[in-house]
Amino acid sequence: MSIETVDILPPVDGGQPGNPDIETFITRSYWRQPNIFTGLVGAVVGYAFGHWLGNAIAGSYQQVVGNGENNHALTLGYIFGTVGWLAGLGVFNYPARKLLGYQPQAVEENDQKFNRYFRYSLDHKVVGIQYLVAMLFYFFVAGLFALVIRSELLSPTRHLLAPDTYLEIVGEHGTMMMMMMTSAILGPFGNYLIPQMIGSRRMAFPRLEALSFWLTPAAFTILLSSLIVGGFPTGWTGYAPLSIQAKEGMDSYLVAFGLMAVSMILAGMNIVVTVINYRAPGMTWTRVPLFVWSILVTALLMVLAAPILVVATYMALMDRTVQTALFDVNHGGSSYLWQNLFWFFGHPEVYILALPGFGITLELLPVFARKPAFAYRTVVAGFVGVGTLSFFVWQHHLFDSGINPDMRPVVMFTTELISIPTGIIYLCMIGTLWRGRIRLTVPMLFSFGMLFNFLIGGISGVFLSDVPADGVAHGSFFVMSHFHYTIMGGYIFAFFAGLYFWLPKMIGRRLNDRLGKIHFWTMFIAFNATFLPLFAIGELGMPRRVFEYAQRLQTLNDWVSISAYCIGLSLLIFVYNFIKSTIIDDKVPLEQNPWDSRGLEWTVPYPAPVDNFPATPIVVSGPYEYGTGAGPMIVVPAAAAQTTNDAVAL
Amino acid sequence: MSATPGEPAASRPDLERASTPVANVNRPHVIRIISIWGVLSVVLAPIVYFVWGPHMPPGNMSNVARGQQFDNQVLATVATPVVLFIWTYLGYSITCFRSRGSSDDGPPIKGHRGFQASWLLGTTAIVMALFVFGTYQLITPAGAGTGSGANPIWVPPGYSATAKTNKILQVQVIGQQWRWTFRYPAYSGVETTQLEIPVGVEIQFNVTSLDVIHEFWAQQLAVKADANPGVNNIAFARANRTGSVDVKCAELCGTLHGAMVTTGAVVTQADFTSWITTQVKVHAADIPLLPPYAVTYLPTPDGGYYDPGQDPVPDTSAPTGSPSSGEPTGDTGSPASAAPSPSASS
Repeated sequence: MSIETVDILPPVDGGQPGNPDIETFITRSYWRQPNIFTGLVGAVVGYAFGHWLGNAIAGSYQQVVGNGENNHALTLGYIFGTVGWLAGLGVFNYPARKLLGYQPQAVEENDQKFNRYFRYSLDHKVVGIQYLVAMLFYFFVAGLFALVIRSELLSPTRHLLAPDTYLEIVGEHGTMMMMMMTSAILGPFGNYLIPQMIGSRRMAFPRLEALSFWLTPAAFTILLSSLIVGGFPTGWTGYAPLSIQAKEGMDSYLVAFGLMAVSMILAGMNIVVTVINYRAPGMTWTRVPLFVWSILVTALLMVLAAPILVVATYMALMDRTVQTALFDVNHGGSSYLWQNLFWFFGHPEVYILALPGFGITLELLPVFARKPAFAYRTVVAGFVGVGTLSFFVWQHHLFDSGINPDMRPVVMFTTELISIPTGIIYLCMIGTLWRGRIRLTVPMLFSFGMLFNFLIGGISGVFLSDVPADGVAHGSFFVMSHFHYTIMGGYIFAFFAGLYFWLPKMIGRRLNDRLGKIHFWTMFIAFNATFLPLFAIGELGMPRRVFEYAQRLQTLNDWVSISAYCIGLSLLIFVYNFIKSTIIDDKVPLEQNPWDSRGLEWTVPYPAPVDNFPATPIVVSGPYEYGTGAGPMIVVPAAAAQTTNDAVAL
Repeated sequence: MSATPGEPAASRPDLERASTPVANVNRPHVIRIISIWGVLSVVLAPIVYFVWGPHMPPGNMSNVARGQQFDNQVLATVATPVVLFIWTYLGYSITCFRSRGSSDDGPPIKGHRGFQASWLLGTTAIVMALFVFGTYQLITPAGAGTGSGANPIWVPPGYSATAKTNKILQVQVIGQQWRWTFRYPAYSGVETTQLEIPVGVEIQFNVTSLDVIHEFWAQQLAVKADANPGVNNIAFARANRTGSVDVKCAELCGTLHGAMVTTGAVVTQADFTSWITTQVKVHAADIPLLPPYAVTYLPTPDGGYYDPGQDPVPDTSAPTGSPSSGEPTGDTGSPASAAPSPSASS
């Protein structure tokens, strides 16, 4: 039987990443190109204009008398400042020139110069690195706020911060973590690695991808600036009747969270389209790496959930500026409305913060257990199941609220159902480790840490899903500990696993193993020492977000605070390792594939060519074929004629 | 989804089946893991239930607390073997499945139908059991302490949605920034800053707020209900014994949220009667200044302080048999001179 060969040569055109239709590349000196500094100038000008406009419109109108700001000026300042920031970065150059009928221009991107990291770059690898550095920065800033919180809680009475300052710090920590960290894995690893993992030379929408990143500094700065105008007292959930009466800092929260939601939508849309349409020939859905699957589901959640947040923040801003009364009970609004809208976004969001962690962990287990991923299709079904169910559980945040009490069994049911698809990641873990050849490298240690911590987080979630047991835990430190176990213990541990794993790929430097192990063990022990007692503290009656608590809980709280400082010290070890390994130890010879991974991304050399692959690769086997004797994942099209049945059958 | 090239759909040789000789390789590991896990579970699960369980929060001061404690007991006992299995497996695999420097790959096992199916069936069974258990507990006293809205599903005997025929002792809990006040409609609508309830009597907490969302948390009674402005959120509890109760706010409500605490007490019925009688006497001058008792208090467009459409609860229900001081004498017509909040009592 003769095998028919078909022409599977991919198209050779495709142009530069992100600039397919640009013909003229302009060459200017660095300081005359749009960059982060022109962006800053634009931001300042835009803010000044918006602030002036707001005062011109409603200068005599202050919701809270006497603090010298008004909502309109601040909100418009933020909005125009963001527009100015983007304009200064050159975001609008391309669409404006197209609209006006000029030939689009772009700055030549093919150089490997360092300053491209400070520009509106359309290269997914540059955006990935930008995201990585920015996310680490946001994470450490927000982490410092956590240490301030724990310092205040060293004593059961007020001793360090005024009560309203304390709430500002709590709100900054929570919001910064929950809104900026949504992109902590999807941003750096998703943008950098997905094209390489699916055999594409670029993302589908490079402009959306770059814009999604450049919105994050704006959102971060606006959120941080809230401290200047009095902060916001609502915590990261921003519950509405309180947010309507809050001071001007609340506008910062609303604008920043809304901007971040836009960023999520853009990033998510880009990734969904990329994964669906930009897979290389042969990269069938059953060969897509689990990490890409998890990011795809995450991106879908972002696209579907974040618009609700945009709507909610917009409504709250309208309540605060033009005096609509959507959340004001006294004038026909509802105090339940924000809770519903927020959690309709918020519960998918916590899976936005969980699924990428699952993905990294399950991506790394086969590499370091030297075995195929166990129950691949079941895991994919699990990801999709988690994502789907996450839209049907939001009212478990409102179990005690008195709304829809008859619906509580249903919500309890959907919530508990999520443990079935979530349990599948442990199924995959068990099967993948079974009789494996486990290599306990630093990324593998972090993966184990993630599995250990997320187990506790998930099991504590069952207590919260059960309405009567939730009667004890609701609103207490138990809840706080639960989601720190899932998000910090799961997501951040997985983030570090991915960082240690993929940094040699992304920046060509492998972090020091010895320091990495010290980082893991100190962080793992300090993390559990911090958050395990918090379950007890919550069950013993300490509500969240309080600056005073019962005297009898001081010993436990002091223990927790000291452990939290230890997490901070552990992260300092990481920072030291990061700086030492990437900047100081510049002489370490580069290993192209230090982990001996089969992953497609590791076939791309470092430094990666602009187009990743010399030609679109043809995928002939899956990414987890450890021990099966399968050859490399891809063949290059030049060898297409003599390739295996797989490629021919395409 | 079409069959993947290279993976014939008809037969999946990569799916390992429990047959020789593979089973012989697996069996020692299976036996060891199951043994370690089994021993740990058999020892620890009863300890969790019987030794730790009776001391679990929120204690057993009320029927609701006991019910929630039972929930915690059961959930912790169910969780114990699950956690132990994963921990045992993680520890075992790190110990026994290490590469120990070899560079070869593990066996290419991509799936195991029996194990996958039993895992899914097992987790589904646990989830279904938890759901049935949770729902059953919800409609028994365990769930009655959580805020159940204006028309609760589970109600104790004597409850009636119509205020006039409701035989349960009412305590209205009013949250405002940043204090709790408690109103006893059966006792002249007197308002206090301390919660005191009689032991052995079913209490209906009507929780509402004057400004933002608070959450009434009577810790030892295991009562937790959101206080929403304009909403009456009902929770029930019956205390089993006397003692003190910590009342706090469990929903972030602004600057002094952390200090929005007060004390409460469960006392004997005689003590309660004397206490409430004293309160009525002490506040005799204040009671007329309060707005008439209503389930919610909100500014109304015509300048009132409560929604006249709501059905005020009269003082006909006094299950403790204490003397009542009659109808609230508040003047609905002139609230403008009164303090807008019903917390005028000191």
